[in-house]
Amino acid sequence: MSERLASPSKGHIEVRNFSLSYDSIEGPVQAVTDTQIHVKPGEFVSIVGPSGCGKSTLLNAVAGFLKPTTGIVTVDGDRVGGPSAERGMVFQQYSLFPWKTVRENVEFGLKMRGMPRSQRERAARTLLGLAGLEAFEKHYPEKLSGGMKQRVGIVRALATGPKVLLLDEPFGALDAQTRVIMQQILTNMWQRLKISVLFVTHDIDEAIFLSDRVYCMTARPGSIKAEIPIPLERPRQQSMMMSSEFLALRRGLMSLIREESLKAMGGEISDMGMQGLNIELQGHSLADVI
Amino acid sequence: MPAAIAEAGPVPAVTPPATPPSFGTLALRWYRLNQDRLRATAIGIISLLAFLLVWHLLTTYRVVFFVRFTNVPSPLAVYASFTKAIHDPKFLLHIVLSCRRIFIGFSLAAIVGVPLGLIMGRFKLVHEIIFPVAEVLRPIPAIAWVPMAIMLWPTNEQSIVFITFLGSFFPILVNTLHGMSLVDPVLVRAAQCLGARERSIFREVYFPASLPHIFTGLTVGMGVAWVSLIAAEMISGQYGIGYFTWEAYSLVQYPDIALGMIAIGVLGLGSSVLIRGAGHLVMPWRPT
Ligand SMILES: Nc1ncnc2c1ncn2[C@@H]1O[C@H](COP(=O)(O)OP(=O)(O)OP(=O)(O)O)[C@@H](O)[C@H]1O
Ligand SMILES: [Mg+2]
Repeated sequence: MSERLASPSKGHIEVRNFSLSYDSIEGPVQAVTDTQIHVKPGEFVSIVGPSGCGKSTLLNAVAGFLKPTTGIVTVDGDRVGGPSAERGMVFQQYSLFPWKTVRENVEFGLKMRGMPRSQRERAARTLLGLAGLEAFEKHYPEKLSGGMKQRVGIVRALATGPKVLLLDEPFGALDAQTRVIMQQILTNMWQRLKISVLFVTHDIDEAIFLSDRVYCMTARPGSIKAEIPIPLERPRQQSMMMSSEFLALRRGLMSLIREESLKAMGGEISDMGMQGLNIELQGHSLADVI
Repeated sequence: MPAAIAEAGPVPAVTPPATPPSFGTLALRWYRLNQDRLRATAIGIISLLAFLLVWHLLTTYRVVFFVRFTNVPSPLAVYASFTKAIHDPKFLLHIVLSCRRIFIGFSLAAIVGVPLGLIMGRFKLVHEIIFPVAEVLRPIPAIAWVPMAIMLWPTNEQSIVFITFLGSFFPILVNTLHGMSLVDPVLVRAAQCLGARERSIFREVYFPASLPHIFTGLTVGMGVAWVSLIAAEMISGQYGIGYFTWEAYSLVQYPDIALGMIAIGVLGLGSSVLIRGAGHLVMPWRPT
């Protein structure tokens, strides 16, 4: 890990001319269109946007789970062709292996890399210590609280020393207090490891509090509506969330998102209206109804 | 944070005393923790005793009420033939042979069925090739295989083992397949972005994720294995507990009929307890 500290020049994510559409019975569903984003080495970047705008799609393409329909995703100049241990991922549903203890979960990536048992045990213990989880190393995930599970998830993703960390609404299922603590822990780890982070959330406060830069996406088909630099000083404190600077950023982002959410919802609402009408008219001529 | 752990435990809110607890408090606590299990055990014993009592009454008074208990042996008669039988090497041989057939037939079914299910669940083409055949053969009860098995295999022993194998094979295969189809794709993704390749994903994700269903299959398969074995032994055996039971009927040894039935029940129960125990050993993460 000390090598990471010395080389904060890795982990440059670049997404260019990106679009992705899913196949469905009704034809292709355009999820993301004409998108450019980048994350500089060691930068913390968030993506916010209305529900269903393609945030997960974009992140999964960076992870290598989805192939772009057009465009290209590169990390440090290398084209992303599939999932790899270079890009660690943290999922909203925790996705710990239930059949492995906390420590075995953290060891997993090292085991895949062929590290001998005793060595990876030691590495896992150290990491768990950093996250305050050493007392739970022998527990199975099921017994842990949500916050602990997600700490294990983060530590597991970081154990192999990836160049970038991708997180898809990692704190979405946690209560407000736990969320705040988790944000602090994530910030600490990020600063320690000098790793690039791409963070998807729908929580505006969270995005501002954590990030160097925030991308705001449009409603589906998603594209980048705005790119907002967050010039708040670090280290950041909870109290900062009351500062006028923070509140101004928040107001700006809020109105951007509200616009897009209304657009997305507006579409849905009129869709529903149309469907309702169709059902009513089924099997009747208009004259019958009148 | 540790509060969550404390909450999860079923321990009632007894504040721990500073001094080491006396035997009395320990016993009381143990009783409180195991109250439900003790209660279930007690009621279980009472209900078994009640069953024996009803059986005893029905047979001593030779009740005839739609069904006829005239020739049904009483519990005491069965017990008498049991004490005789356990000193009879022939009876023990019947039991040993049945157990051996189960062991071989069931083990083969598990050794073939589990890997086949895993592979079918992972590789579409294998699934597409094998599944239709399995679906056609599956509904055929093992007992319907008896004539065919006798034709297929040179010895009776082999055909009986084959029928036992068939009986347990399909439940094992189907449940393994079911387990594979339920593996959470997010866990597969998690493994992939930790650097796992196909083989490791199979070993570290698909297999352990399917284990609970595999064990369901093994439990069901063991039950069907006994059903099939007994049927096969009654029809074509010369030895085995199924044959013993049928022979008792032919020889008018009525208490032996019940003895054979009870032996089959106890053996079936014992083997499913063994499988459940193995399940707990293999899957320590599952709550008991
Ligand atoms: N496999 C799929 N097939 C068809 N359409 C899909 C598929 N997956 C996602 N979509 C659609 O693509 C759009 C983008 O999905 P995505 O999950 O990326 O959105 P999101 O921004 O992450 O949403 P949320 O905030 O709800 O997590 C959605 O409208 C969704 O309905
Ligand atoms: Mg999403």
